[in-house]
Amino acid sequence: MALESALEGSVVLTKVDKVLGWARKYSLFLYPFVTACCGMEYMATAASHYDIDRFGAGLPRFSPRQADVLFVVGTISHKQAPILKRVWEQMCEPKWVVAFGGCTCSGGPYDNYATVQGIDTIIPVDVYIPGCPPRPETVLDGIIKLQEKIQSQKQEL
Amino acid sequence: MEESLTLKRLKEQFSSSILDTHSFRGDDTALVKRVDIVDICRFLKDSSDLAYNFLTDLTAVDYLHMTGKPSHGNRFEVVYHLYSLKYNHSVRIKAPVPEADPTIDSLTPLWAVADWLERECWDMFGIKFGGHPDLKRILLYEQFEGHPLRKDYPLTKRQPLIGPEN
Repeated sequence: MALESALEGSVVLTKVDKVLGWARKYSLFLYPFVTACCGMEYMATAASHYDIDRFGAGLPRFSPRQADVLFVVGTISHKQAPILKRVWEQMCEPKWVVAFGGCTCSGGPYDNYATVQGIDTIIPVDVYIPGCPPRPETVLDGIIKLQEKIQSQKQEL
Repeated sequence: MEESLTLKRLKEQFSSSILDTHSFRGDDTALVKRVDIVDICRFLKDSSDLAYNFLTDLTAVDYLHMTGKPSHGNRFEVVYHLYSLKYNHSVRIKAPVPEADPTIDSLTPLWAVADWLERECWDMFGIKFGGHPDLKRILLYEQFEGHPLRKDYPLTKRQPLIGPEN
């Protein structure tokens, strides 16, 4: 404590994990995998009215190789499942996955021959955002939950 | 109400092929024999007073388990919606197709759009279109077995390429 009081005002003491978590949670580079109507709600969240950039997630990447967070937005059919998995495999660690909307969480209303019953049967999911489609407030809540998760996890270097 | 020009001309020209017709509030429908489908459509397209130059839709119906013997006791019915841009009139042509031999001639010589519509119909109902240049699945993947819009396809039977059969 003596050291801390001697340096007060000029130095902040913290842990590497905490700093990395803080940096990572406020610089989320999204890869939006948009397949259906949920995409409109993603766009509404990203646009100026709700402004996803307030949470440091305002810069979608157009290659999974540059992205941290895979946003799966919309119904995933069985024909698309291998494509989604391949996109996820191309992302560098550390990476996270958000299931955006009822279809990605559980298949939603589509209990039929064509639809994957939740993308967590194919790739691991960190945050589920339910809704058909979810309102922008719900999406922002999901992003905040993801930030909490990133902050509190062990940071791989 | 007076019979529409289209149905009148069809009955004159193809008296033995027209199984049934009906008209409801301006919507004309003709049930025809499948062997004459190309001739009938060509006639509708090329007659200058009818000029059905646009194939709006092509699909099928599965009447399995339906009571009352619809479609003269045949399981399938292929449905064509034709439209005339010139006269702004439309007609629905339906052709019964039996389960034992689910085939009908392709309309690709008349309308290029029939190519993709017939592929979808094959994909979903398993109806074969004779003379089609490349009859393969259009929406589902090649590994898929069966035709999902047939009434005897189990409602939730899934055939995943990867992942569990959930």
